[in-house]
Amino acid sequence: MENVIHIDDPEIEVLLDDFIEIYGYDFSGYSKASFKRRLQRLFIMDKMVNFAEFRYRLQNDRDYFNHAVSEISVNVTEMFRDPVFFKTIREKVVPVLATYPLVRIWHAGCSSGEEVYSLAIILKEAGILNKSILYGTDLNPNVLEKAARGIFPMTAMQQYSRNYLLAGGREDFSSYYSANYNFAKFDESLSQRMVYSTHNLVSDFSFNSFQLIFCRNVLIYFDKDLQSKVLSVFDKSLERFGFLALGSKESLRFSGIETMYEMLDGKEKIWRKFK
Amino acid sequence: MRAGPTFIVIGGSAGSLQVILRILTLLDHEFKTPILIVLHRHVNADSPLEELLSFRTTLISREVEEKDRITDGYIYICPADYHTLVEKDFSFSLDDSEKINFSRPSIDVVFRSAADIYREKLLCVLLSGANADGAAGMKYAQELGGVTVVQDPADAQVPYMPQQALKMLNPDYVLESSRIAALLNSKVVV
Repeated sequence: MENVIHIDDPEIEVLLDDFIEIYGYDFSGYSKASFKRRLQRLFIMDKMVNFAEFRYRLQNDRDYFNHAVSEISVNVTEMFRDPVFFKTIREKVVPVLATYPLVRIWHAGCSSGEEVYSLAIILKEAGILNKSILYGTDLNPNVLEKAARGIFPMTAMQQYSRNYLLAGGREDFSSYYSANYNFAKFDESLSQRMVYSTHNLVSDFSFNSFQLIFCRNVLIYFDKDLQSKVLSVFDKSLERFGFLALGSKESLRFSGIETMYEMLDGKEKIWRKFK
Repeated sequence: MRAGPTFIVIGGSAGSLQVILRILTLLDHEFKTPILIVLHRHVNADSPLEELLSFRTTLISREVEEKDRITDGYIYICPADYHTLVEKDFSFSLDDSEKINFSRPSIDVVFRSAADIYREKLLCVLLSGANADGAAGMKYAQELGGVTVVQDPADAQVPYMPQQALKMLNPDYVLESSRIAALLNSKVVV
């Protein structure tokens, strides 16, 4: 149950200004309602007494600010989330990727890497992992450390295994990790092909060109202007005939790039760039 | 007496779908106030709830898409596996953060967020369910001046959810499902 704590809108504006001035992090293009919820959650979680104390810690304690950034960004993710989406990737996108001599994929806002490992498994089964590089980026360095280690809670494996099968997997899912007490460590043959680095979609630019970009359930946190801006970064980073994969409730509408893309099939949020 | 609400949120869980359908069937033809329905559903349940609802009402039913502007004449349905929030410009946003009360969508989250924007112009209804979700959010909505309606536990298929709300607050109305539609039709509350 959430407790009722009022951080009002003017106070949020004050924090937004602090974050830009002191740390160079610009959250002003984030959807306000969600951003407010995340701040209130942080406020309660860290047992803050009042707004002044909260602001003081954020202004003066860099470690606390980093912790806040970690907690404000939503890091809920799972392997093979929306299994039918991954099945479409496996059946319709991967065969196209297989025709390239070198496959470059960007997971923007990858959080702790579950999606990157999911794709690596699909690429491995298609026999093209060794010619692929998966770039995972996130605003939050803490989650990237987790992603690079490839260690996930054992308790999640049952569900991930179920998702994997629904996504068209035919192997024994447990062959991809070694169980160690409460943790599953994923095979290094998967992580060898991954590169993790911080990247802020608000302020950073394109850094390479790719045949496939994943950015799932990140744009929902942005307002329309920031969505358009980020989508144009993806557009600049995507080769012609490349694929863009978004979350199940995200779209290219209002983005300005939609005329250059067509949806792969009616249902999953995967577009192909044709111009 | 004061003018009626400009936004209605109906939350329910186990045993509430039939109640929602009945309420919608009983709404007047001229009824235009936008309604948002928050129903706990299975993530993979592919049941087209919009279609089910559209047969019961002249209002247009639609699953919420992020950035949709809240418009008169519509019934919106919260998508499974996301929280639905209301923004200051009266549009929706979606959020896939942690479950609240084991639920995503969470009724608490919607009641709170809608109350932040609509305040005394919000009417929220809590129906049958086996979960405590919605009670705290309804209390919050009441503190901001919103009108609160709880289904009479004696009338609810699963009384736990309305009972939790009654433990936490004294709502404006405790009604049988058939009376809830009448209240919405009356357009004048409190």
